[in-house]
Amino acid sequence: MHELSITRNIVAIVSEHAAGQRVTRVRLQIGQLSAIMPEAIRFCFDLCAAGTLAEGAKLEIDETPGRARCDACGEEVALTALVGRCPACGTGILRITAGEEMLIREIEMNTEEASCA
Amino acid sequence: MRHLHHHHQLAPAQVRARSPAHADQPSQMQAQMPGGGMQYQPVHTHDHAHPHEHHHHDTLQVPGRDTHTLQLEAQILGRNQRIAERNRGWLAGRGILALNLMSSPGAGKTTLLERTLKDLQATMSIAVVEGDQETANDAKRIRATGARAVQVNTGTGCHLEADMLERAMTLLKPEPRSLLLIENVGNLVCPALFDLGERAKVVIFSVTEGEDKPLKYPHMFGAAEVMLLSKIDLMPHLRFRLDLAINNAHTVNPKLKIFPVSAYTGEGLDAWYDWLRTGLSACASVNAMHAMP
Repeated sequence: MHELSITRNIVAIVSEHAAGQRVTRVRLQIGQLSAIMPEAIRFCFDLCAAGTLAEGAKLEIDETPGRARCDACGEEVALTALVGRCPACGTGILRITAGEEMLIREIEMNTEEASCA
Repeated sequence: MRHLHHHHQLAPAQVRARSPAHADQPSQMQAQMPGGGMQYQPVHTHDHAHPHEHHHHDTLQVPGRDTHTLQLEAQILGRNQRIAERNRGWLAGRGILALNLMSSPGAGKTTLLERTLKDLQATMSIAVVEGDQETANDAKRIRATGARAVQVNTGTGCHLEADMLERAMTLLKPEPRSLLLIENVGNLVCPALFDLGERAKVVIFSVTEGEDKPLKYPHMFGAAEVMLLSKIDLMPHLRFRLDLAINNAHTVNPKLKIFPVSAYTGEGLDAWYDWLRTGLSACASVNAMHAMP
C-alpha cells in the first residue's frame, strides 16, 4: 500500500511547516486520477501523525474530478478512469488536464501552545 | 566478459523511509555520490525554493483559540521528485541509460534480465539494481551471469523510491555509457507512482496473466513507454489472445511500444535489444557532447 509512504510524506511536510506549533487541521487536494485512495490516506494519517506536531489534527481531503483534452478534436472530457483514446472522436490521444493533483493546500496551527514534539 | 562480484545488500533498516520525527536529522548514510559529484543531503522534506510552491498566511480569530492557517501548494511527492531529478541529472551526465522494470510478481522479470545480460554483456556494460521486499535471491541470480548487482530490500515497502536508487547507485557505481536496469518490487500498482530518475519505465506482462491486465492497472500501463509481453513460448498451451492484450494495452496507452518475447526460446528478443541499443546510443552521444573531464 503506497498510501503509507505517501502519508509519511504528508506528515513530514506538515511538521516542517508547523515550525514547532501544534497542527489542528490539514487540508489536502487529491485528484481522482492520482492512484491515491483518500480512504487509505485517512486510515494511515493518525498512525503516521502519532508523536508528531500533527498528532490529533483533523484531516480534510478535497477530491478533484478527472478531466482531459483530446489532442485531435480539442474536446474536453470528464474522466473517471485512465483511458488513452478520445471517446468523442475515437482517434486522438487524451491529455489529462485535471485529476492528478497530490497537494497539501492548508495547514491550520494553534498559535497558543507552542509545543516541541 | 567481465566477472566482477559485488556483494552489497541494503538491509531494510537502511532503505526504509525515516519517520518524520527524524526528518531534520542528517542521514545515517552520508554517502558521497560516485564520481564525487554530489553529497548526500540531510533530509529536507520541502524546498523553500520550490518553484511550484506558494504560500501565504491567514490569521483567523476564533473565540477562545488562536489559530493560524497556512495556505500552500506543497507537492506531496515533492521530495521524491527532487531526488529523482537529481538521479536523472547524474545519470544523464554520464550517458547512462536507466530503465525502471515493473510487473506483477512472477511475470518473469528476473529470467528476462538474466537472458538479456547473457546476450548483451559482451557488447555493453550492464549493472542491475534488484528491488524486493526480502531476500537477496534475485541479486544472486543476476551476479551468476557475471553482472554487477545491488539488492535493495524494501522490508514492508511495496515499491522502490528515488532515495533508494540513489543509495544503490552509490554502491553500484555504474560505468559511463552503460545500461542500468532497475528491477522494481513485483507489484502493478505502487511502483507506477514513484519516479526514480529513470529514462523510461518498462512494464513486463506475461501471457499467463489475463488479457485485461492493462485495463485493470491503467496507471502502470499508462506510465510505461515499453511493454514486454513475456513467456510467449507458452502460447500453444493457453487460451490467451495476444491481439486482445495488445489492443487493451493501446486503449490505456496508445503510444506504448510492445515487444512480444520469450526469454526461454529467445523469440522476439532482437526487437527489445535493438530498442536498448538505440536508447543507449542516444544517451551516450548526448554525454559525448558534454564529455566530462
